[in-house]
Amino acid sequence: MHKKLLIIISITLLTLMSNLLFANDMDGKKIAFDRKKGNCLACHVMDDGDMAGNIGPPLIVMKARFPDREALKAQIWDATTKNSISIMPPFGKHQILSDAEIEKLLDYLYTL
Amino acid sequence: MNLLSKALITLLLISLTSVSYATPEQDKETFQSFYTERFPDISKAEFGDGVYALDQDARDQWEAMNDFPPYEDDLEEGETLFNTPFTNGKSYASCFENDGENIRQHYPKFDSKRNMVVTLELAINECRTNNDEEPLPYKKGDIAKISAYMASTSEGSEINIATPTSKGELAAYEAGKQYFYSKRGQLNFSCANCHIQNVGRKARSETLSPALGHPTHFPVYRMKWESFGTLQRRFDSCNKQVRAEPLPGQSEAYRNLEYFMTYMSNGLPVNGPASRK
Ligand code: HEC
Ligand code: HEC
Repeated sequence: MHKKLLIIISITLLTLMSNLLFANDMDGKKIAFDRKKGNCLACHVMDDGDMAGNIGPPLIVMKARFPDREALKAQIWDATTKNSISIMPPFGKHQILSDAEIEKLLDYLYTL
Repeated sequence: MNLLSKALITLLLISLTSVSYATPEQDKETFQSFYTERFPDISKAEFGDGVYALDQDARDQWEAMNDFPPYEDDLEEGETLFNTPFTNGKSYASCFENDGENIRQHYPKFDSKRNMVVTLELAINECRTNNDEEPLPYKKGDIAKISAYMASTSEGSEINIATPTSKGELAAYEAGKQYFYSKRGQLNFSCANCHIQNVGRKARSETLSPALGHPTHFPVYRMKWESFGTLQRRFDSCNKQVRAEPLPGQSEAYRNLEYFMTYMSNGLPVNGPASRK
């Protein structure tokens, strides 16, 4: 009886945890794709997004290209620090996305 | 390097920059050749077709749609409105040169007495108020229909805005230019970011049109609006895209912007009204 309960509890916990992880990924992707949030697809080819624009470079192999999470965050926070004539919206500086949203977005970008 | 030669170089640089301060005429040359060099296969006149000059697929669809232009009824209404006398018996024709025919290419004009830019739509409303009629709301509706009809009588005439030279003209021109190149809105874009820096690229599925030729074909009948809109209505759409506050119709900033943009398109034929997505 005790054993059965333990199994049920651990399965529930596992599902909960993977749900949480999954939700985190989904959140980041949703933030990236949503036209009212990141709308990154307006300018970047990424993941399975359709009708992407071509103003910025494709967002691929992020881990290899941005080993430093802070550098990636800086690009999203305010792209003009790196390229003074960048047209990429300053998502952090202009509060287009909150800090928490940007963190979720970063988690998602590192899956690409 | 000694102090004297440093000072000399600085002086030279200062004088160089002041010499290279561009006149409106030079601005226009640079502006137009940017596009003609970027798109060598497109003739200057064709820039008035906007994205349809750049994107053949979109052009094919557009031309098919124009077999029966979606604006025909509204354009006819514009003609009727234009020809309907005011209560005092006078007409729109009485307010304009050449009875209001074939004059689109001269607007906006600078009125040196009042020291301000006068767009065609402003002139239409002033014609009304001078004849004891109520002014029409700007940007859409009857004013856009009347303006569309007036534009249609200028078909093929080249845009011909007098080069700004007086102090007042230059101030209005510079203000319009400044507006065009300044970043605004939460998303932090200038008109130039999209229509110069990224012309021809895609924002999502939308090709970004050249700013050369923007004013030639307005008012535009947009499928999205299901009606005519003036150039200033389109400014609103672009301002909303970047989450900037749209400005009231015929506000000083919009009139100056229209003045700058239209002068940049001098020499292109009027080809309005036109249809757009
Ligand atoms: C309006 C256009 C635009 C939008 C919207 C946009 N970007 Fe960019 N992005 C650019 C451009 C242009 C560059 C090229 C570098 C520069 O100019 O800053 C860039 C560069 C980048 C880079 C560096 C890529 C590299 O290979 O060096 C990253 C990462 C990035 N963007 C992520 C994002 C994310 C995430 C979003 C959405 C939250 C986004 N961008 C939205 C235009 C845009
Ligand atoms: C974020 C990008 C962006 C910015 C910034 C922007 N536009 Fe646009 N604009 C577009 C798109 C997309 C369209 C629709 C496709 C096209 O015709 O370019 C458009 C269309 C237009 C048109 C209609 C073109 C036609 O052929 O009928 C005009 C005029 C125009 N914009 C002027 C402006 C002005 C003036 C500003 C600045 C106040 C501005 N735009 C800022 C993206 C932008």
